Amino acid sequence: MTVKMEDYNGLTPSWCPGCGNFGILSAVKKALVELNIDPHDLLLVSGIGQAGKLPHYTKGNVFNSLHGRPMPPAVAAKICNRDLKVIAISGDGDGYGEGGNHFIHAARRNHDITYLVHDNQIYGLTKGQTSPTSDFGFVTKTTPQGAPPPFNPLGIAIAAGATLVARSFAGDIEHLSQMIKEGINHKGFALIDILQPCVSFNHKNTYAWYKERVYKLDTDASYNPADKFAAFKKAQEWGERIPIGVFYREDKPVYESEFPALEKGTLVSQAIEPMKAEKLLAEFF
Amino acid sequence: MTAEINFMVGGEAGQGVQSVGLLLAKAMARWGYYVFADQDYESRVRGGHNFFRIRASDSHVEAIRESVDILIALNKESIDLHRRELTKGGVIVYDGEKLPGLAGNDLINVPFTSLAKEEAGDAVMANTVALGAALGLIGYDVNLLNELLTGFFSGESGAKNVKAANAGYELAQEFEGAQRKLTRGGEDKRMLLNGNEAMAVGAIAAGCKFMSAYPMTPITSIMEYLAAHSAEFGLVVVPAEDEISAINMTVGAGYTGVRAMTATSGGGFCLMVEGLGLAAMTETPIVLIEGTRPGPAIGLPTRTEQGDLDFILHASHGEFPRVVFAPATVDDCFNLMTQAFNIAERYQMPVLLITDHYMANSYFTADKFDLSKVTIDRGLLFDKNKAAGGTYKRYAYAESGISPRAFPGNRDALVVADSDEHDEAGHLIEDAETRTKMMDKRFKKMDGLKKEIVPPRYYGADNAETLLIGWGSTYGVIKEAAATMNTSDSAFGHLHLSQIWPFPVEAVSAAMKKAKRTYVIENNFTGQLAGLIREQTGLAANSILKYDGRPFTPEIILAELRKQR
Repeated sequence: MTVKMEDYNGLTPSWCPGCGNFGILSAVKKALVELNIDPHDLLLVSGIGQAGKLPHYTKGNVFNSLHGRPMPPAVAAKICNRDLKVIAISGDGDGYGEGGNHFIHAARRNHDITYLVHDNQIYGLTKGQTSPTSDFGFVTKTTPQGAPPPFNPLGIAIAAGATLVARSFAGDIEHLSQMIKEGINHKGFALIDILQPCVSFNHKNTYAWYKERVYKLDTDASYNPADKFAAFKKAQEWGERIPIGVFYREDKPVYESEFPALEKGTLVSQAIEPMKAEKLLAEFF
Repeated sequence: MTAEINFMVGGEAGQGVQSVGLLLAKAMARWGYYVFADQDYESRVRGGHNFFRIRASDSHVEAIRESVDILIALNKESIDLHRRELTKGGVIVYDGEKLPGLAGNDLINVPFTSLAKEEAGDAVMANTVALGAALGLIGYDVNLLNELLTGFFSGESGAKNVKAANAGYELAQEFEGAQRKLTRGGEDKRMLLNGNEAMAVGAIAAGCKFMSAYPMTPITSIMEYLAAHSAEFGLVVVPAEDEISAINMTVGAGYTGVRAMTATSGGGFCLMVEGLGLAAMTETPIVLIEGTRPGPAIGLPTRTEQGDLDFILHASHGEFPRVVFAPATVDDCFNLMTQAFNIAERYQMPVLLITDHYMANSYFTADKFDLSKVTIDRGLLFDKNKAAGGTYKRYAYAESGISPRAFPGNRDALVVADSDEHDEAGHLIEDAETRTKMMDKRFKKMDGLKKEIVPPRYYGADNAETLLIGWGSTYGVIKEAAATMNTSDSAFGHLHLSQIWPFPVEAVSAAMKKAKRTYVIENNFTGQLAGLIREQTGLAANSILKYDGRPFTPEIILAELRKQR
């Protein structure tokens, strides 16, 4: 079958008008349609926050998990049924704060999933508090003295062992959908950190602010995304110029390929046979 | 007259207390004896003081005795600490060359190390010499002993261990006055296994395909057992980065349609409670084992307690239905584990099994588990031919509260699950009416669950004046205490719960109303089951409590009963 844009129509979003999430939603749908992925083969696992609502605004199998916890159910679902295309959706608070440990270890294990992080450098759903990626010195309701230095998601992902590390911008749907497609096509853990303007609570990192700064990595022919050290160095670049694109890419066996139990097929397809356990009893005599 | 013997093996961590103890227990089980064995060890890898107690009898035993007939002492501390526990005529098997200068008629000097070197050419076999000596004192079947060792130690090592054991066995024949000759206990063949092993086998038999956990005493061996057998049984075990991840992975696996479980102790369960609520809200079947150890915080990592009952019953915010089993025997560990997966899937909710360090690590003899009796019931599943039409709704309202499950990947259904309150389709909602209907839907499942509560076991006199109530791991101990009281002029009954929630209100009420007085016996400080009984039945009971991190023995219960009467 040929998947059409209408197949991905969902409920009406409750986001603020002008929210960066609209661009992300458009790019997600565009990528899925262009890759001709049937919604029945798709599993969207989200956390909590404005980003966590995205799956409801499109189509697919959906597991809307707890705050900070989209990663564990997403990786487990991929282990149990590798036929599913699994996309985990998170925000900067959800994924880098509350779920930081899961992020690091999922990257390390190299699960074959795509991880989209809507990174607006602010907490939107709770209305304007600092987030792990707020710019240094950024004044919010919970940091009147200014925010501490930010978390570096790309650097952490590269160090932890993620095999595709990319950044894009919600204001560039074409580029973002391209990055999402790269992530889905990549066999392994793919992080797409998405710069996302929050029109209600982040009046610093606006569309205009990002547009002035972002530049595409692939315009630099000398940049080699296979070079881990160069990628790590590039991940430090932030401020006057902000790179977007694929920072790092590596081919490495995925976690799901390590289990002999999966050689016979997906776990969901394997029969339950209680009598088979009979042979376990011999050692107790 | 019953034939019965109590062994103890004592020594430091790293000296092989557990392996000698287990071999001894296995030897007695193979000789047709009923065996019960428990372990007492410290939270360290080397040093300290550990012991392993084995009670073997030609009639059914499920508890330890405080008295010791034969003590295998691998160090001096074991002699100092346990000499006073010896029965009249009891003996200590020890290495007099390593521990010189000791005196007493109860000492049987078996130079473990030098005999091991001389006879087997390897000092490593010293413990096997000790094992052989202990079995020599009771006139154990030498052929069975050799068979046990060659089965346990492979190749050349097996032959060497046989030599070492025989050296100890023969030396024991010289101590005529110390011998306690027994004959074969019976012809029946029984398994010897601990609670964790029984639960792990139960999980495999039930078709558990996914387990994620973080190692924690006392449940680590469940995780290890499942991992060791994972390739053979189509099972994936994921060592998670923390318990939060472990339970959330388990929920994710359950959502995809595989039978999934996790296991932890109280401290790890503290981290899991949010995920427990996720399973409840998304109506995802999961099975969770909580092997309790004394808390709060790190508490006593290698000790036992029944202090988490209230916690298990109320864990996580909000209100939701759950099932709590508390296995009382290894048969329960196996059977309730298989049932737990059925109940979890039929009612689409978390099912918890609460055990403790004592149940997890104590060894019991049991008849072979009958795998032909294991049923698999995956509950109500979505079938497009029977479906009402329109799009699939994961949380469709139903009289029973149970909506058909579909799994992601189904060509005719998109499965939308949400931790927010949601509508029938699984999308988040805010309105009061849907919230009320969804709460009602989830709690309707309790009606069905209440009809299939595992009935409490009752043991003892029909007209019991005094009723003893326990739950979970204390079954064997309380049963023996009640039986002992009944050999005098008393009329004692013992009611024991293997399912705590939904609570067996009628069974407990009826038994308590028949008796003149009731004692609830628990390994905790606050009398948590007694509190629950009062809440659920309005009936008050006396409590016998122990919270020193050690298990009850029949002697302790008897002493308390005599004191309180």
